[in-house]
Amino acid sequence: MKKKRRSGFIIACTAPAVILFVIFMIIPTIDVFRMSLYKWGGYTAEKTFVGFENFKKLSQNPKFYQAFQNSVLLIVIVTLVTFCLSLVFASILSREKIKGQNFFRIVFYIPNILSVVVISAIFSAIYDPNQGLLNSVLNLFRGNKEPILWLGSQKLVIYSVAIAMVWQAVGYYMVMYMASMSNVPESLYESASLEGAGRISQFFSITLPLVWTNIRTTLTFFIISTINMSFLMVKAMTNGGPDGASNVFLSYMYQEAYTNSSYGYGMAIGVTVFVFSFALAGILNAVTRREEIEF
Amino acid sequence: MKRENREFGASPGIVKFFIYLVLALLAVTILVPVAWVFVASIKENAEFYRNPWTIPQGFHYQNFVDAWQTANMGEYMLKSVLVTAMALALLVVIALPASYVLARFKFKSRGLWNALFMGGLFINVNYIVVPIFLMLNNGDIFLRKATGSPFFLNNLFILSLVYASTALPFTIYLLSGYFKSLARDYEEAAYVDGAGYTYTMVRVIIPMARPSVVTVILFNFLAFWNEYIISMTLLTRQELKTLPVGLMNLMAAQKSAVQYGQLYAGLVIVMLPTLILYMCVQKKLTQGMTMGGLKG
Repeated sequence: MKKKRRSGFIIACTAPAVILFVIFMIIPTIDVFRMSLYKWGGYTAEKTFVGFENFKKLSQNPKFYQAFQNSVLLIVIVTLVTFCLSLVFASILSREKIKGQNFFRIVFYIPNILSVVVISAIFSAIYDPNQGLLNSVLNLFRGNKEPILWLGSQKLVIYSVAIAMVWQAVGYYMVMYMASMSNVPESLYESASLEGAGRISQFFSITLPLVWTNIRTTLTFFIISTINMSFLMVKAMTNGGPDGASNVFLSYMYQEAYTNSSYGYGMAIGVTVFVFSFALAGILNAVTRREEIEF
Repeated sequence: MKRENREFGASPGIVKFFIYLVLALLAVTILVPVAWVFVASIKENAEFYRNPWTIPQGFHYQNFVDAWQTANMGEYMLKSVLVTAMALALLVVIALPASYVLARFKFKSRGLWNALFMGGLFINVNYIVVPIFLMLNNGDIFLRKATGSPFFLNNLFILSLVYASTALPFTIYLLSGYFKSLARDYEEAAYVDGAGYTYTMVRVIIPMARPSVVTVILFNFLAFWNEYIISMTLLTRQELKTLPVGLMNLMAAQKSAVQYGQLYAGLVIVMLPTLILYMCVQKKLTQGMTMGGLKG
């Protein structure tokens, strides 16, 4: 009797979560992989199994390479810049005696709570060629020359997106690094100070090695979240334009799979990106492996 | 102290000044654009054609009236409140018992589900939003044949359900982490007193988890309130839009009709609730973030 009640309780508690999780996450994930092997366009039920045909088509499509290039560029730039900035600011805010330390921490985190749509709108206002904040400041230095088309130029657009992404992410990673820096015992810095080590050598010989585990984890986050965030930003800010110049992995996927209704082909892009991001994360993880340092 | 700065070859004063300068620079970079939106939201349309740095000539609150009524932001706000509230309620009610049982009870398929939910942390909704759309669309096609009226797409409840479901892995990960840390004594004492499983869970365990539940609600409030990809995909009818999607429409409309004032008023409407919430609970939010690792 008791056993029956126990398993009844277990089932009642887990069933709703398990059912929803299977319906809205597991099945769609399996679908992504399954559909990538079919040729399927539009709302008809007609599906033809084509094997890896979609992937072959993908590998010959210059538009995909454009999106690929943009994504890799963003992963590299956004990761490097955000990583350096957030690490420096985290160590300033946690190591230096600063007035208003709390204020800075609160302000730096603000972009993280804003909707990506809001951030995109703000940056569209900043980048506006005629009434934009950025051009009006730059005009002070370069005179009233031709306005710079931050989002309208095929060359510049991806860098404009990158700046918005860094703006959004710095505070988040800074808070992460601050948390792990606060675990480094003060006594280490004291003895280093006594031995005459300055701020910068303390940073490289104490802080950096001791938060290394945390840094490694965030590297994986950087890859995954840059791929996702770049999609959200690009979709709201430029919708891939001008002429596909700012398309990234997932915005290209969404465009093909949803807007153009080429579901099979779109899902093949999804699979490729998924595999790519995991491979990249795995490689980075292996490259950055160090012996763990205890403190 | 004196030695600290020898690598710079500079006096402590200059180093301090430099540090404050850098901090202030970043703070300005973040605050100015946000503050500028607030200022711009009370400008008249004609003012947007002048220097963007000018102070508004008056308090042109008509922008907010226009955004609220003409641009439908009021309507969208209501939808957003509804969807966010329903999704949060569903999430808490579903995730709490599941995390508790997955963390504290031993049963056959436990390892499997724990592993699957963990794997779920790596599935981002951006990848699966189209298959979810197709699944619901197929359901609608079937229903249209069977009963004549579609149900799944353009349904705020279904959207909330999708929100709650996609938030499950992270929520369960966070909550079961907490439940695992509790001592066995609490349940044993309750069982000795003759309490059943349900009573023990609802009356003894869940009240203790309140701080973690608050963290879960805070994070997911922000996530659901700000979400726009799923909402845009699953709600296709004009009158059924959540705030961020409505804002995107406003952005698109602004390009042709040039209604800057309305757009910035709309922006303020979307970000004000999150900013107020953040001001109230910023400490809890940043603490919770480092506790749970990452989401996003």
